[in-house]
Amino acid sequence: MTTTTADFPLPARDTDFRTCPVTAYKVDLAAERLIIGNAVAAIVFLLIGGIFALLIGLTRWQAIHLLNPEWFYRLITAHGIDMLIAWIVFFEIAGLYFGSTVMLNARMVAPKWGWAAFALMAIGALMVNYVVLFGRFNEAAIMFTAYVPLEGHPLFYLSYILFAVGALIGVILFFANIVTAKREGRYTGSLPLVVFGLATAAILAVYTLLMGALTFVPALLWSLGVIENYDSEIYRNLFWGFGHPAQQVNLAAMVSVWYALAAITVGAKPLNEKFSRLAFILYLFFINLGSAHHMLVDPGNSFVYKTFNTSYAMYLAVLGSLMHAFSIPAAVEVAQRLKGFTRGMFEWLRNAPWREPGFSGLVLSMFIFGWIGGVTGVTIGTEQLNITAHNTMRLPGHFHATVVGGTTLAFMALTYYLIPLIFRKELKFKKLAIWQPYLFGFGMVLTSIGMIVSGLQGVSRRHWDISFASAVFKVPIPGTVDLSLAVMGIGVLLAVTGGIFFMTVVLTSVFTGKRVEASRLLLVSGESNPLEESALVSFEDMEQHHVHPRGTFVIVLAFLMFFVLYYFAQWWLLARTWIVR
Amino acid sequence: MLAPPRIWWRKLGRYEKNWLIVAFIWCLLLTAMMPLWFIFGRQNVPTTTYRTSPAEFQARVDDFVARYQVGEEQNIPIVAPPAGGDAFLLGRQWQWYPILRLKLGETYRVHLSSLDVLHGFSLQPVNMNFMVAPDYDYVVTFTPTTSGEFSIVCNEYCLIGHHLMTGKIYVDE
Repeated sequence: MTTTTADFPLPARDTDFRTCPVTAYKVDLAAERLIIGNAVAAIVFLLIGGIFALLIGLTRWQAIHLLNPEWFYRLITAHGIDMLIAWIVFFEIAGLYFGSTVMLNARMVAPKWGWAAFALMAIGALMVNYVVLFGRFNEAAIMFTAYVPLEGHPLFYLSYILFAVGALIGVILFFANIVTAKREGRYTGSLPLVVFGLATAAILAVYTLLMGALTFVPALLWSLGVIENYDSEIYRNLFWGFGHPAQQVNLAAMVSVWYALAAITVGAKPLNEKFSRLAFILYLFFINLGSAHHMLVDPGNSFVYKTFNTSYAMYLAVLGSLMHAFSIPAAVEVAQRLKGFTRGMFEWLRNAPWREPGFSGLVLSMFIFGWIGGVTGVTIGTEQLNITAHNTMRLPGHFHATVVGGTTLAFMALTYYLIPLIFRKELKFKKLAIWQPYLFGFGMVLTSIGMIVSGLQGVSRRHWDISFASAVFKVPIPGTVDLSLAVMGIGVLLAVTGGIFFMTVVLTSVFTGKRVEASRLLLVSGESNPLEESALVSFEDMEQHHVHPRGTFVIVLAFLMFFVLYYFAQWWLLARTWIVR
Repeated sequence: MLAPPRIWWRKLGRYEKNWLIVAFIWCLLLTAMMPLWFIFGRQNVPTTTYRTSPAEFQARVDDFVARYQVGEEQNIPIVAPPAGGDAFLLGRQWQWYPILRLKLGETYRVHLSSLDVLHGFSLQPVNMNFMVAPDYDYVVTFTPTTSGEFSIVCNEYCLIGHHLMTGKIYVDE
């Protein structure tokens, strides 16, 4: 590198640091304010999206059927945007700033740009909500995906673009922070694994956001009449070049948060940095191919194109996830065994801090993401199997398990620790916080399974009335659908209650909590500092025979067995349909 | 969460290595299933696609209906294409047109296209789903293996009447 320090933004101010008494990390106050700003915005949009979720859930629960079609389609559009874009990306930007400053003892290079990014994202998110809720129906309720030739209001596309530009600035700041931290010698050795994972997410995000520009700038011009024609399938291809990788950003960020939660709650230390980092690198190289998942039963694509892309070359990105699925619980197991819980296969698990929301959140998030979201995702992303799944409720069933039960739950669990460490407020209603991951997680399990089972029976996603009461031709729907939709509805109610718990804890703590310097890392269980303990553990300690992760190996084999069963059951179902070529 | 020492690459442990091997074999099997089913399976995603336009496709559908109409239901013609021949089905806001009458075990080239926005062809209760896009003539070569009355639901959102968009296919013994 021939660049000089002058190429990087220099601080226009004297950086104010405070030292965190718990972690001994230095915290740049400018970074802290940005993290707080983005996290608060994230939670506001989670609240809005959550209210919409309740209303949508109660509409799809056929026995209740709450909203009229106009509001159902408007809210389902807004729900997708507020959750999948606003809540998650705001939180990820907060996470990126946290990872690139606090975790590296480093400073925020250009806080003003950080606030500019924040403003762009906030304007974009608020504007798109306004358009979707109050615009003319045909220009507003066009879904999160906004498939051309559905033609949104120009402001709809402009909001997406503003938000994406803001997010891109945030991602660039992340890289600038890391480079500056390295140059200024703020940390020694390699990047911590969590930051490495976040860097993976950030690299994927750059690609994602550029694809977003490629999708929505033409859409904006088209809606303004500058471009006459926008081919629907080209739009779909471009859109999923943006939309699918966006989920992989969430994936990489979530896995990083998993490693962080394991470290915070039990002092888990990655067993083998090479193994875990390789898994992230597999994401980097292969996961973007997955955009073809959405085009498997579209006209125009060849078998080879679809198979290569949908399988991530050779399921190499799936391999990355399978590796994390082993290495994270294994790290937890080894950390627990080192504390003396060595009896049998699972003493370490029985004696885990189940009352610590960071730990229960981690376990439930991993379980829902892997066992429900991952297994169904790989299955419906198989070229031929997609025939029986495309646009049915199996799709939302799958991604509510990954993005809500997985990512959102992990982010919620992390938030509990950010409040004392970054907001420097004492956590209120700890009891609610202890129960929240269980309630929310169980609710999402029911929601996802209810959706998947409905979808298996042919129920469409994004559909106001599956009783077809006023349609020309009635469609006989099996009675069991009422049951599976009720399971979904009850799941929604539980998850929303869990969401209310979360909001109560977070909002009351942030706005009315006592301003205190955090005194410990854990919220409820014990006075110890797992991070400090893990710093004392050496590789040699981790290699002793009695701490080997035997229990985890059994768990992952059970998982694989379940995966195999579900996967082949779907081929059996496909074989019972009409012959088609 | 802590920065590891500069040199962090170490040999994999026994459990990690075993899991990596097992997981990789599963990934290879997942990869192999698609080409295997392509060769030996009876359900494969159609790939035959032609360029068309709404006006052209409408004309072909009208021609098809005029030639093979056998009845009418709810003001929508019922059309029985010859076995082994071409059938045309269009989606538009918010209707599938026309109704098809097929024979069990015979093969038909069903051309799907849309006159306006994207639609989703969802055959129920068989539960087979394909995308229908304007300007694309997507040829789905079907051989019905069950008989009776089947519904077509639209499962790609197409504005306010989306949930009203249903159609029908009859399959005779």
